[in-house]
Amino acid sequence: MDKFTTITGIAAPMPLVNIDTDMIIPKQFLKTIQRSGLGKNLFDEMRFTQDGAEIADFVLNKPSYRQAEIIVAGDNFGCGSSREHAPWALLDFGIRCVISTSFADIFFNNCFKNGILPIVMPQEVVDVLMQDAERGGNARMTIDLENQTVTTSDGQSFGFDVDPFRKHCLINGLDDIGLTLEKASSIDSFESKTKGLRPWV
Amino acid sequence: MTAPRTLYDKIWDDHVVHQAEDGTCLLYIDRHLVHEVTSPQAFEGLRMTGRKVRAPEKTIAVPDHNVPTTLDRAKGIENEESRIQVEALDKNARDFGVNYYPVSDVRQGIVHIVGPEQGWTLPGMTVVCGDSHTATHGAFGSLAHGIGTSEVEHVLATQTLIQQKSKNMKVEITGSLRPGVTAKDITLSVIGATGTAGGTGYVIEYCGQAIRELSMEGRMTVCNMAIEGGARAGLIAPDEVTFAYVMGRPHAPKGAAWEAALAYWKTLFTDEGAHFDKVVVLKGEDIAPVVTWGTSPEDVLPITGTVPSPEDFTGGKVEAARRSLEYMGLTPGQKLSEIKIDTVFIGSCTNGRIEDLRAAAAILKGKKIVPGMRAMVVPGSGLVRAQAEEEGLAQIFIDAGFEWRLAGCSMCLAMNPDQLTPGERCAATSNRNFEGRQGRGGRTHLLSPAMAAAAAVTGHLTDVRELMTENA
Repeated sequence: MDKFTTITGIAAPMPLVNIDTDMIIPKQFLKTIQRSGLGKNLFDEMRFTQDGAEIADFVLNKPSYRQAEIIVAGDNFGCGSSREHAPWALLDFGIRCVISTSFADIFFNNCFKNGILPIVMPQEVVDVLMQDAERGGNARMTIDLENQTVTTSDGQSFGFDVDPFRKHCLINGLDDIGLTLEKASSIDSFESKTKGLRPWV
Repeated sequence: MTAPRTLYDKIWDDHVVHQAEDGTCLLYIDRHLVHEVTSPQAFEGLRMTGRKVRAPEKTIAVPDHNVPTTLDRAKGIENEESRIQVEALDKNARDFGVNYYPVSDVRQGIVHIVGPEQGWTLPGMTVVCGDSHTATHGAFGSLAHGIGTSEVEHVLATQTLIQQKSKNMKVEITGSLRPGVTAKDITLSVIGATGTAGGTGYVIEYCGQAIRELSMEGRMTVCNMAIEGGARAGLIAPDEVTFAYVMGRPHAPKGAAWEAALAYWKTLFTDEGAHFDKVVVLKGEDIAPVVTWGTSPEDVLPITGTVPSPEDFTGGKVEAARRSLEYMGLTPGQKLSEIKIDTVFIGSCTNGRIEDLRAAAAILKGKKIVPGMRAMVVPGSGLVRAQAEEEGLAQIFIDAGFEWRLAGCSMCLAMNPDQLTPGERCAATSNRNFEGRQGRGGRTHLLSPAMAAAAAVTGHLTDVRELMTENA
């Protein structure tokens, strides 16, 4: 997993609420057995017509947002299915951070496993960031995970919360499985204990 | 003396392997269900790192999303990518030695129907699957939720999950349901009341008389859609109904183990005075048969209502409602019961169980679907299909003009050939009405199996109670 420390990049505004995982990556692209290559299908049905032509007024098709690395989104981003293809597609497109007033639980977890930082901000801050994002490609937003701040292109800075363990893993690009396997003896003793207590499991 | 605990607290406490200072827990996973769409990258990760599946005996795999449901499916899967994905599961199940129900097995079906049917899902367990509708298993009083593929790999390798504890939410449905109102109407009405983000950060415990009066099938329908309300999981405390359902299932405990299990299961309830962070109460008798009008499961109204206007909403929902109405091709003020339907889909992990088929068949008996209607029933598992045939339900569907299919996820998410075409309007017993969910441009109205059957007979969304009066 790529480390996440600080990024300065273009933020795409997507004010729609309830952007679901079927919008982020429609099911026809879930048939892959790989993690990579999904960026070209990100937001497919919003981004392209049925014949594959670009829909000009979709935000990521606008020249100023083609290089976006951040999305500022409406409430409840990532609701719907557990498909990790959603963060894979975002990452493959180049998105490293999504900011919203709330995220669906599974999507939120999946982001951290893939080096994407989801940031929850109150509505009034998201409103300011949305306005900044609407200024287009000439405005760069900065996300500083170490100091837990988002800074707009005109220098307004906002703090955000992040779970300390997840922050640690993101900053260091750590593999969860490796960390858990260090606790293998705890898992062993849990298993032998429950074998006595709940043998039917 | 310990403080009073919720059902969620109890199951959680019994599965903590390790707790870090910041509260992050390593939670033990009792059952890991696996399907072909969200697992290939996880097994590949194991291969690349030389890791094994830690507990193959607690891991159960079944292909469901991509499988054809037409009667000729023995000839194989036409779509190459779908076929490769199912073949990858065949190989991974074999290579890693996990329990497996291949397409050719009569027990094959939707993973959330197979798990309970085979007795893999038991009260008090932790159950995960790379699928958001894992919440279904909460109906047994097991803590069950969806995970992403990275977490699938984590569970395969370690049989644990890194978790932060959620908050407790209680959803109480008081009193009894009125005739024609079902578990689906409960779960949709709850989402209508709380919104799709109303449960975010919570595990919901459903309780109250109306919940207690549901069968296991109905309880699974309720918990299945907890995720649609944003909750990590939905739970219902196990009781005699639960124990009766579990008893005798292939993987349920037997003999002395059954007695020991039963004694433990009877401790799985929320203690008097336990704290809930959020409480929602609905009156069972106030719940009507409902349908969705928009492209979010929270867009729920009683069938007697009319299509709302974007101005009825506030904030970001105004634009979302405008977009939904345009996508759905509906006009504010239009009566919901006048919306014409092209297709009826009965099935899915929400409503693909025997009781669902009985409810639909009760409406369809002796009737025909309207000419030109496309209607299909996709049983949730091969065993549900076999039972429906034995009970004569299959013949009722066939006589009414329905296609009688083989088991799978089918048109719920349209990964196999069962899809809507642009503009095609479907009354569906599934769980999501998102844009494009059932096929690009397809328009989905979520409802109960009885309501779906009613729409098939009349050609438009219909209050099932009118047909029940007619039959009476």
